[in-house]
Amino acid sequence: MSAESQTTDAPRLLAAIRVLYMLKTVWAVIVALLIGAIFILLAGGDPIEGYTALFKGAFLDYWGIGDTLVRMSPLLLAGLAVIIPLRAGLFNIGAEGQIYIGALFATIAALYLPDVLPGFVRIILCMVAGALGGALWAAIPGVLKAYRGTNEIITSLLLSYVAIYLIGAVLHAWLIEPGAPYPYSREIDRELELPIFMPRTQAHIGIMVAWAAAILVGVMLWRTTLGQSIQVVGHNKHASAYAGLSVKRLTVLSFAMGGSMGGLAGTFEVLGLKYRLFDHFSPGYGMQGIIVAFLAALNPIGAIFAAIFLAGLQVGAGSMQRATGIDTTMVAALQGLVVLCVAVGLAFRFHPDRWRRRIAAWRGRG
Amino acid sequence: MTAAPDRLALEGIVKQFGTFRANDDVNLRIAKGSIHAILGENGAGKSTLMNVIYGLYEQDAGRIISNGQEVRITDPREAMALGIGMVHQHFKQVNTMSVVENVVLGLPGKQILDLDDDRRRVRELAAELGSEIDPDQPMWTLPIGTQQRVEILKMLYRDADLLILDEPTSVLTPTEIRAFFDLLEKLRESGRTILLITHKLDEVMDLADRVTVMRLGRVEAELEIAETNPRELARVMVGRDVVFDVEHTAPKVGDPVLEIEGISAVDNRGIGALDGLSLTVRGGEILGLVGIDGNGQGELAETIAGLRDISKGRISICGQDARGFDPAQRKSALGMGYVPEDRQKVGLDLDSDIAFNMVLRSFRAPPFSRAGWINFRKIRSHAEDLAGRYDVRMQNVSQRVRDLSGGNQQKIILAREIEDDPRLLVVAQPTKGLDVGAIEFVQRTLLAQRDRGTGVLYISSELEELLLVADRLAVIFKGRIVGEMPASEATSEKLGLLMTGKELTT
Repeated sequence: MSAESQTTDAPRLLAAIRVLYMLKTVWAVIVALLIGAIFILLAGGDPIEGYTALFKGAFLDYWGIGDTLVRMSPLLLAGLAVIIPLRAGLFNIGAEGQIYIGALFATIAALYLPDVLPGFVRIILCMVAGALGGALWAAIPGVLKAYRGTNEIITSLLLSYVAIYLIGAVLHAWLIEPGAPYPYSREIDRELELPIFMPRTQAHIGIMVAWAAAILVGVMLWRTTLGQSIQVVGHNKHASAYAGLSVKRLTVLSFAMGGSMGGLAGTFEVLGLKYRLFDHFSPGYGMQGIIVAFLAALNPIGAIFAAIFLAGLQVGAGSMQRATGIDTTMVAALQGLVVLCVAVGLAFRFHPDRWRRRIAAWRGRG
Repeated sequence: MTAAPDRLALEGIVKQFGTFRANDDVNLRIAKGSIHAILGENGAGKSTLMNVIYGLYEQDAGRIISNGQEVRITDPREAMALGIGMVHQHFKQVNTMSVVENVVLGLPGKQILDLDDDRRRVRELAAELGSEIDPDQPMWTLPIGTQQRVEILKMLYRDADLLILDEPTSVLTPTEIRAFFDLLEKLRESGRTILLITHKLDEVMDLADRVTVMRLGRVEAELEIAETNPRELARVMVGRDVVFDVEHTAPKVGDPVLEIEGISAVDNRGIGALDGLSLTVRGGEILGLVGIDGNGQGELAETIAGLRDISKGRISICGQDARGFDPAQRKSALGMGYVPEDRQKVGLDLDSDIAFNMVLRSFRAPPFSRAGWINFRKIRSHAEDLAGRYDVRMQNVSQRVRDLSGGNQQKIILAREIEDDPRLLVVAQPTKGLDVGAIEFVQRTLLAQRDRGTGVLYISSELEELLLVADRLAVIFKGRIVGEMPASEATSEKLGLLMTGKELTT
């Protein structure tokens, strides 16, 4: 091995390799798509045709883009609902329940706020109510964890089922539209429907609020004392107490903040999309939020891209089926493959020394 | 020394990390059946070398010769196959499993787990080591010293005849250390070879047959213990003469800065740890707290720092009742600095960078943040200033604290706790795990604090260290202070009696 070449060119090559490692989520996604291609082939389809249709349907078509963004919004917010508590070392598996309770609070606000208030004021109050609902629901596992030491994974998960059936009960007993064949609430006031920013699509301004929320969460985590405190708690609880931080308070608070994001997701499903509260309206956004958080490596800005990607897969699935006959369930398999590949990718870490040695060995041979 | 054959020999080992040579042409011969010590400061390359032998790293150059055969060791399993076993400083154990389960964990086994034979062998091996270990006891219920024995047992169970022990005494109490030394001597008698990595001179002198001194990645000397002395070893290790005495002028004692009146508190298991303890520290003096580990020292430090509640009594810091002040407020409002015993678990956030750790206890107040917004530029410049003044060796202040040596980690804590001129400084085991140079630095810093009027409560299990630095000594036994005396009147004998709960008969 020649020491000179190591010191002269190796840094640049090493930096390049480091970047390749940083993009490992991208490689994982590509590998997942390649494995998916094998599945499509086995099912007798043409993967290139299928993926092209999927991509076009999700990202290159005006209405497709609208649909992708509409789907992205709850995924992103649910992702944030997972990210904030996880930064404090707490697993919020119950974003689904927070979405439902948020939707319930927002619906009640929408139906019962006095209509003397102007529409946009009521919309803001509905969002506050939804966020508050999600926050309160999420605070329950937070409080149990902080003061009783109860495992937050179990409580937050189980509370989701409580929330889902609670919404069913409230709809049946109270909010149901008279004569409805299926439990759904009365329709909200036209004035409360969120404005659409892409004409003739369903893309409502809740999407932009979700982006803003992601950026705000990023700013909160990286620039404020609160965010830093949350992360110290996530790193080391003993050091947190030594630093004068209240671990209990921050446990509840990070859970509540996460819950408010889930609550907003539920709010927008009502105000932006369905204009009513439906029983079982969420197809598991809360659980998919975990995938978003994971793909984004807990980075709230990364979560925007992760949510767009997942939403695109789900929206493009329909186009793929229509164009090529490949079943939409293929996309569910793809999602699973992506998670698997990203998890495998976590095992690959950048070790500068190993690479230096490899580079030296290659040089020696060449 | 008899001419026993080499159990292990290293020739010209080089291990490079980037441009940094952690091991530079290291040669080493370890005679069969001996205790061979590797002595060096933190960062001298001892651990790197051991990891090379154990197959965790692969050397960039050089040869390893085991029992006369050149070998290539690329992972720990190969090392085990060659009879080389390592006991790490932090044990590799599963706390919820029993002793025997931990011992067999990772061994290729049968389809059906039948531990009866294993239990018997664990008992036999334990008996051979002169200790009794119940194979079915869960690991977490055992004292640290016994856990360490299990680690050694685990290696013997795998037929290791060369044991690498990485800083084995750093986790032990003085009594456990004695027992541990006996154990090592037994192992040597049974023909096994021991490679002891340490930075403690007295251990090397007490125990080893030969010593290899490393500094900055190179072997500085290889010496017979019989032919050397601690002063020579220290000089070789640090690369200059080490002053074992510290400058000690008479204290200028001022007003009380810490008054403890009859406090009681429980430990983590809910058992009484402090029992009506009273103690006063005045400004300008160093009060050394002496005691056998586990007599309430840790709990006392935590109650003063505000990390543990008291059930009775009263703590006043600088004349003010400390009740209602959280740990950070005790620093900012009451003027108390606290260097916790467990610097990695309590004193630092290892996953944050140096800059943030320098303000770990003050980042929520001006000037480091305003109205909830953090001023990172201020935090950085503050950290650069402190790191310079306290000689923290680093690349830059954005480096993760986890990647620093123990001595540098301790410097960060000291810098943080001292920089805003505390009136009371509570330090718990501040030199634990540090090398000679860093210990000297810590002691000088504490003396300088004393000289500018700070009251220092110095808690340590190193008696000699306290005799050297403290002005006054207090002995703690079963959660009470059982004796106080000026350091000038203290002797090891007197203190030893008090530490074990006996009365002084004068």
